[in-house]
Amino acid sequence: MSWINLSALWKIVVFGLIAGAGLPAIFAVGLYSLSQGPRTARLAGADGATESDTLIGGSVIGMIGAAICFLIVLAAIGWGVYEVYQIGHPAVKH
Amino acid sequence: MLVLVVITALAFDFTNGFHDTGNAMATSIATGALPPRVAVAISGVLNFVGAFLSLAVAATIASGLVDTKVVTLTVVAAGLAGGIIWNLVTWLFGIPSSSSHALIGGVIGSVIAAAGGSGVLWHGLVSKVVLPAVLSPIIAAGVAAAGTWLLYRISRSMTEGARKHGFRIGQIGSACMVSLAHGTNDAQKTMGVITLALIANGTLAAKSNAPIWVIVCCALAISIGTYLGGWRVIRTLGKGLVEIEAPQGMAAESASAAVILLSSSFGYSLSTTHVATGSIIGTGLGKRGAEVRWGVAGRMATAWVFTLPSAGLVGAGAFGLAHGIGGTIGVIVDLILLALLGGFIYYRSRGSKVDPSNVNAEWTGSVAPTKTPAEPAAV
Repeated sequence: MSWINLSALWKIVVFGLIAGAGLPAIFAVGLYSLSQGPRTARLAGADGATESDTLIGGSVIGMIGAAICFLIVLAAIGWGVYEVYQIGHPAVKH
Repeated sequence: MLVLVVITALAFDFTNGFHDTGNAMATSIATGALPPRVAVAISGVLNFVGAFLSLAVAATIASGLVDTKVVTLTVVAAGLAGGIIWNLVTWLFGIPSSSSHALIGGVIGSVIAAAGGSGVLWHGLVSKVVLPAVLSPIIAAGVAAAGTWLLYRISRSMTEGARKHGFRIGQIGSACMVSLAHGTNDAQKTMGVITLALIANGTLAAKSNAPIWVIVCCALAISIGTYLGGWRVIRTLGKGLVEIEAPQGMAAESASAAVILLSSSFGYSLSTTHVATGSIIGTGLGKRGAEVRWGVAGRMATAWVFTLPSAGLVGAGAFGLAHGIGGTIGVIVDLILLALLGGFIYYRSRGSKVDPSNVNAEWTGSVAPTKTPAEPAAV
């Protein structure tokens, strides 16, 4: 029995990066995609300070892209939680 | 006697909840993504749900750290007393130390006092508690730094307002995941200890899983504690360590949630506190120009190193006292002392109160803001 479980360690690092940094990045891509379009472009041009917090840019392609990104994130979270549940209840007898 | 121990364990769970609310919700509260009271309410509910999600950590505590043959109810009660006292003291100073280590330290201290060093499974302790404690904040900081960098990179052409708005929504989601993860890791620890007590009492066979009523009680205790909120710790984490913007908050929380959930499912009883702190520091490192207050971080790290041994000493002392007096009376004396001390610490904390109204006031170098209504409630 070793002091450190290397296989668990690398799994935590790799999956940690995928879930902990990758998923927020996909979410960010979704936000970016959502914000593209005529409305935010006009607002951004109107005043240099860009104080508006309008998020939806109004471009259809942008919104579809955003929806795909957000769905990926939600699906990944759902799957992750399900996996944790499966691993955490090993004593289920059939 | 068993009833007393279970009540003490639930009291610990309660302190665990309010000590650790900050881990999940500090950044959301600091960036204004959620109003403070709403934040702690959501966190409480998700802690409850999380407690049911995985039982791996409870198993580690119940059978992986100490030899169940030497554990008596007195040992468990003394260990819990050690954990609670350390939790309350660190809460008073607003230091986000690890509740997990307080508990584990207390139990191990009282086992050593009762049966000597051979009663502790040192291998389990090092590989499942000490090493994860050292590695997890580093991993979390790395993940959070990578996440922060990616988020700013991807969103850099968005308008400032749109970015803030969007990431606040994301932050709420990620903060919820941290609360869930906290339930799967921290509520488990108390379940583990109560299971340990039941095994010691002969109610359960060794290596048993936590019975359902234990799970429900622990889930309730931790969620009530979470709801009441540890405003002092929230303040240190949210304002003291790094000034946080919404994208950083989201990156920090995602990193914490991912690392905690993954480790929980491997049965590592790591400290949510260490992970959350690591993540927050990581977001400071991942954004150019952000300032990390290393002084505050250093103070925390010192508290972390001392947590296991100090809680252990208190646990050992509590065992000595209870054992010296003997039987149920000894345990009752322990608990009365504990209650007195708890009351005293609560009384002391009134002098420099931190609550939802001043939790976000400008950081002036101390836990309690100097002037209470320092800024209008920004919602």
